[in-house]
Amino acid sequence: MINVTICGESKQIKENTAISELLIQENVDMPQYVSVSVNDEFVGRDNYTQHRLNDGDTVEFLYFMGGGR
Amino acid sequence: MSLSDEELERYSRHLILKEIGYRGQKRLSESKVLIIGAGGLGAPVGLYLAAAGVGTIGIADADNVDLSNLQRQIIHTTAAIGTPKVESAARSMKAVNPNINIKTYKIFVNAGNISDLIREYDFVVDGTDNFPAKFLINDACVMEKKAFSHAGIIRFKGQLMTVIPGESPCYRCVFTEPPPAGAVPTCREAGVIGAVAGVIGSLHALETIKYLTETGELLSGRLLTFDALTMQFRTVKLPDRGKGCAVCSDNPSITTLIDYDKPECEMCKRGQ
Ligand SMILES: [Zn+2]
Repeated sequence: MINVTICGESKQIKENTAISELLIQENVDMPQYVSVSVNDEFVGRDNYTQHRLNDGDTVEFLYFMGGGR
Repeated sequence: MSLSDEELERYSRHLILKEIGYRGQKRLSESKVLIIGAGGLGAPVGLYLAAAGVGTIGIADADNVDLSNLQRQIIHTTAAIGTPKVESAARSMKAVNPNINIKTYKIFVNAGNISDLIREYDFVVDGTDNFPAKFLINDACVMEKKAFSHAGIIRFKGQLMTVIPGESPCYRCVFTEPPPAGAVPTCREAGVIGAVAGVIGSLHALETIKYLTETGELLSGRLLTFDALTMQFRTVKLPDRGKGCAVCSDNPSITTLIDYDKPECEMCKRGQ
């Protein structure tokens, strides 16, 4: 297991977890439309299956919010 | 022009703030802010900026006031149903503060009209309710080097960020391109608590006032998110500007404005 910080919360996840797997584990709604940053760098949406997390990583999910009127 | 006795009293709570003071209040009175969208977000922004004494407030929206707007769009009243939102908003703002100038634009912004519109303003507030408009505002403001504040709300949540073109990451840096029409719900499909629009709209107004008076730290390079169910505010640091961004990198691939397709569901055609 490795320790990562996901949206401000410390969590333990399996080694070599890909972002695409993390999005499923975290029950993220419509993961194909979520922007993800790891250690303050964006991961392109095309790379969610390749990009694997390391111990100590800080992950943020940024969601589309389209309302306003 | 110096502030009148009436204005000195009206703005007395600003004037005693060392961060605003006479200098900041004068700055506000000489400033021009454009609010795009006279709805849930635009309502508190318009009222607070009018009350704060922003000298010129432009407001753009092509819709008329509808009964279903009044749950959150507190700048409009029941008596205004059926009248243009921009006129209703202007009336409310004038009632709060007759000293300010209000310019109304009964239009929806598009690739053809937005650049001329934003050019004469110091700051732009995104109070729109759809991704095509949010990307359009971002791209136009980046191209015109106009600082603006983005916000979005849905259900019990809201987000906010301020973009200083050429310095801080833009909306497209974070979200790349609009989701396909209908893929991500908007308020009219998913619902929203009116007071969430009030929270995020008030923060919009604060960012505007801070930008105009050069006070404090802007939400540039950061995205604020708010969840009313847990009452948690988070501020997420964003990656640096421009890395691979199609519009604000040093070699942008987008150099002309794009009118993305608007969602075309039945409810949308009816107008929220
Ligand atoms: Zn950008």
